[in-house]
Amino acid sequence: MLEIRNLNAGYGEMPVLKSVSLSVSKGEILSIVGSNGAGKSTLLKSISGVVRASGSMDFLGAPIVDLKPHEIVRRGIVHVPEGRKIFPELTVSENLRMGAFLNPQHYRSRIEMVFDLFPRLAERPNQLGGTMSGGEQQMLAIARGLMGDPKLLMLDEPSLGLSPLYAETVFRSIGEINRNGVTVLLVEQNVFLSLSISNRGYVIETGSVVLTGSGQELLENPQVKKAFLGM
Amino acid sequence: MLFFQSLISGILTGGIYALAAMGMSLVFGVMNISNFAHGDLMMLGMYMAYYLFTLLNIDPFLSLVLIMPAAFVFGYAIEKTMINRVIGHPSENQILLTVGLGLIMGNTALLAFTSDPKILTTSYSSSSFNLPGDISVSIPMLLSFLVTCLLTAVLYLFLSTTRTGMALRATSQNREAAQLMGIDVSRMSAIAFGIGTLLAASAGALIAQTYYIDPFAGHTFLLKSFTICVLGGLGSVIGAGVGGIVIGVVEAMSAAYLSSEWKDVVVFVLFLAILLLRPRGLFGRKGEQ
Ligand SMILES: Nc1ncnc2c1ncn2[C@@H]1O[C@H](COP(=O)(O)OP(=O)(O)OP(=O)(O)O)[C@@H](O)[C@H]1O
Ligand SMILES: [Mg+2]
Repeated sequence: MLEIRNLNAGYGEMPVLKSVSLSVSKGEILSIVGSNGAGKSTLLKSISGVVRASGSMDFLGAPIVDLKPHEIVRRGIVHVPEGRKIFPELTVSENLRMGAFLNPQHYRSRIEMVFDLFPRLAERPNQLGGTMSGGEQQMLAIARGLMGDPKLLMLDEPSLGLSPLYAETVFRSIGEINRNGVTVLLVEQNVFLSLSISNRGYVIETGSVVLTGSGQELLENPQVKKAFLGM
Repeated sequence: MLFFQSLISGILTGGIYALAAMGMSLVFGVMNISNFAHGDLMMLGMYMAYYLFTLLNIDPFLSLVLIMPAAFVFGYAIEKTMINRVIGHPSENQILLTVGLGLIMGNTALLAFTSDPKILTTSYSSSSFNLPGDISVSIPMLLSFLVTCLLTAVLYLFLSTTRTGMALRATSQNREAAQLMGIDVSRMSAIAFGIGTLLAASAGALIAQTYYIDPFAGHTFLLKSFTICVLGGLGSVIGAGVGGIVIGVVEAMSAAYLSSEWKDVVVFVLFLAILLLRPRGLFGRKGEQ
């Protein structure tokens, strides 16, 4: 579904991603694992077009590497960024409306689905985004991403700052979203949880892919165990 | 009665300040750019109203119907061709560009219209009526105020209920996240600058009967608009609306109780006081700049 070959990206003069190649298949959950500063968020930003990148990137057979972010969203790739970035002075329902910016005609059916997934949002449609708790904001950010009816959903640290209970809810939702036919690209600090629900994973280190395999294989890999699971 | 007289004229003048400042605030919020050409855009509105009246005999209030779309297109085009190049760049570049644009507009007007101040006089320019207690209300100022209220209401409805309006607010609150929603933020910037220009030119047209019209007539309003934006909270359109009225009243009161030479000093002191005591402004969130 998404084919990336020899992707380079960075900020100004500083290179971050060095010739990254990876592929995402339709229907899977794919994890990107790596230590702080490895370039995971930069990879997602390059895919969504927020950071300019060079190399080749094809989505559903068409090149997307030179597209603007809003054109990439239109193709069906939605990026839920690290740190939530909800609109603080829009209400919950206005935030969700912005999520459906490109397909307002599907707003009603999408919102039902999203409220089913996150009943807490349904309880408070008129609360300002900025006054929600951290966990609620995270749910709002994911819900807002789902409003865009993604074919590929990219989640950057969805459980960051959440209590274990909330984190588990979020992970359960990710599984459910995936079962509804959405392909998921997941970046997570919680390597154990994310690899457990993933079909496959990539490990990146200082901007390059160093290891890839199925979720199970990576969980059992001694390097991964040592570096990320503290075993 | 001096008090009520000053209050009324302060509110009426403040409405115009509010209109000009709302445009500046919208541009600041969506684009994160301080537009130093804002006063010159106002000046263009004054001249447009003047020439539409003297050459074509179109009443200045009616000519708004022509001035507003023309100003929107002008602002949109300036953004698309020039200003979009400095979005997200260091603020020195932005200041140089907008100051430069303002200089070009001012000096072009100087060449085209000379420095002789022009006066737009309609049949009702100096008419007024009296409220009980001998308070006189200028008819053109009152009409301007009513038009301002109408424009503010339309702007408010546009920003709060339409898809594009909501997208403008989203872009102003988080530009990166707005992109990720599929919003074309560079188009939003052009729309914001178009609306900002429209509001500045309308404010200019609305005061064309009350102030002398000359190529640099907009400059006093530039400083006032900044003060008002800071008072209302940079980027807050509602704040700019309220702030405009506050500054109008403060000016009128200081002119009445101190002297008219002092009113600018009072406004400036207020400006500094806000920066020191409440840099976020009354409704602000972007206090950092
Ligand atoms: N906007 C930016 N400007 C300059 N450098 C940046 C910017 N964003 C990230 N970087 C740098 O790029 C490198 C990769 O950052 P990135 O955010 O992709 O890491 P990450 O793998 O997501 O890390 P984390 O797990 O901490 O989120 C880091 O060295 C970081 O300092
Ligand atoms: Mg990151």
